Amino acid sequence: MWYGEFGGQFVPETLMEPLRELEKAYDRLKKDKRFLRELHWYLRTWAGRPTPLYYAERLSRKVGGAKIYLKREDLLHGGAHKTNNALGQALLAKFMGKKRLIAETGAGQHGVATAMVGALLGMKVTVYMGAEDMKRQSMNVFRMRLLGAEVIPVKQGSRTLKDAINEALRDWVASFQDSHYLIGSVVGPHPYPAMVRDFQSVIGTEVKEQIQKMEGKLPDIIVACVGGGSNAMGIFYPFIGERTKLIGVEAAGKGLKMGMHAATLNAGEKGVFHGMLSYFLQNEDGQIRETHSISAGLDYPGVGPEHAYLKSIGRAEYVAIEDSEALNAFRELSRVEGIIPALESSHALAYAMKLAAEMDRDEIIVVNLSGRGDKDLDIVGGAL
Amino acid sequence: MFPSGSIIPYITAGDPDMGSTLKFLQVIDDYAGAIELGIPFSDPMADGATIQLSHHRALKAGFKLERVFQVAREFRKDSETPLVLMSYYNPIYRFGPEKFMEKVHESGVDALLVVDLPITHAQEFLEKAREFSLKTVFLASPNTPDERLAAIDKASTGFVYLISTYGTTGARDKISSHAFDLLRRARKICRRKIAVGFGVSRREHVENLIKEGADGVVVGSALVALIENLGKSAEDALRKKMMELSVL
Repeated sequence: MWYGEFGGQFVPETLMEPLRELEKAYDRLKKDKRFLRELHWYLRTWAGRPTPLYYAERLSRKVGGAKIYLKREDLLHGGAHKTNNALGQALLAKFMGKKRLIAETGAGQHGVATAMVGALLGMKVTVYMGAEDMKRQSMNVFRMRLLGAEVIPVKQGSRTLKDAINEALRDWVASFQDSHYLIGSVVGPHPYPAMVRDFQSVIGTEVKEQIQKMEGKLPDIIVACVGGGSNAMGIFYPFIGERTKLIGVEAAGKGLKMGMHAATLNAGEKGVFHGMLSYFLQNEDGQIRETHSISAGLDYPGVGPEHAYLKSIGRAEYVAIEDSEALNAFRELSRVEGIIPALESSHALAYAMKLAAEMDRDEIIVVNLSGRGDKDLDIVGGAL
Repeated sequence: MFPSGSIIPYITAGDPDMGSTLKFLQVIDDYAGAIELGIPFSDPMADGATIQLSHHRALKAGFKLERVFQVAREFRKDSETPLVLMSYYNPIYRFGPEKFMEKVHESGVDALLVVDLPITHAQEFLEKAREFSLKTVFLASPNTPDERLAAIDKASTGFVYLISTYGTTGARDKISSHAFDLLRRARKICRRKIAVGFGVSRREHVENLIKEGADGVVVGSALVALIENLGKSAEDALRKKMMELSVL
């Protein structure tokens, strides 16, 4: 439940019992052979795992330094890493006898993943999405509805991811008896941060095997973007005991000095929100601040407690990339490698390109390309 | 902490402004066994639409935490009615729990209720509250097991606050059967005073709950809705609503 001083279960009393049941079910099923076999079967046959680890040779040459590898989660069914977790939790919910899935979504990728697994497993799906995000990710709204999910616009607060989480929690307090709240990132009360990390760890586990085969050694650096932090936690976790340097890239938006950003670990303060003790962007009165990032998936004022912990012990480093730098990386990868990355992943890529230029040619850097960028074409069209 | 059969009205501090909050407190005081005053939070996730909006109105009007202490101090000048401060945990955590309690104590507040601080994480909080002679109020839900209910009772030195139903705060037509089941369990298990809240908006709700053994009944959204509609001039409407609800 705790990662150093971070984590916990700071929730209204009604949720304590559903969380206890969830924890119990997860502790049992994560060791259950049938559950694990079923999960891996779906991951392989339906979702397309393992995803490739791709050596981006042209990009590496252009940058002129370390070898840049891309973990191609953009090729996972649904177009982002979110499917790993959605599938795991939905199967768990089904084993628990739940009939309905609730999800929040920012960029819409987690909503789409939940809608997909809901359709696959015959479960009803309700997705809460900020009204602002619905505007900037309208394609994903259409996809979710096509997949049979109900998408409810959230008009409170900043109308983005944090408000969608508030609304999903309000739904769950009333509906926990037949519904599972399928949180999309390594945030929220225990057991969510651990459970989501475990379901996403398949990314790092595959990278470890793949890079050994391709290079005969582990990477020097792994870079991943961090909003709530699920794709980063998924690729970091199997490497925590290794010597590989781990770097999380947050959204600096229009610049950290401008205050228009979502760089929680770079500019936030410790706090308690959404069920966890972690870092949050907040004012001096403890009111949660509104955030800004060009990528809806990073537009969250908090961060998973395990990231807060990895930062506190110095095991991972957290940096920030501005909107404009992410856009450059977005364009660069599209033109040089023929891969359109998600704006979220473009943050990781932008920082990796900076780093690689300073590194030796025999060094290896792995970027988690957490999603594909088709969903972002409208936004980018306006910004390029 | 309050006489049996009490109404415990809830309003949000700073909605629509701090001057009005003091006036409203003084009006509802005439009919209240205790008063619950909410500290507005940007993301009140346990609250329904009515109270959410009140928090947002207060913040938009420039609410500052310091002002709650001032208004409590003013109120305390001519009332002895117990004042319970309700908050989400983050504003307290950010302010520093110890500093917060010192301020709260100085300003004449009697008890604290923190919505998202369950007893399992409240040990330090309880110790500090004791140090500053502040009472504590914890929530119990229809799905709270007996053993946990007993622990909540022990930690709640003010009173135990029973949540009447599954869901957020907000006026409802009927009191759920969950409320009465929980009330019966609580009567057997708890030694402290018991209040029931969430969804209570009518006199018949109050009467039924008190008949079934509640010592107090919390009414929030029904009052906050009046403030939403009438703003600064909600005094008379608040008095009328409190008169309607009051059974003492």
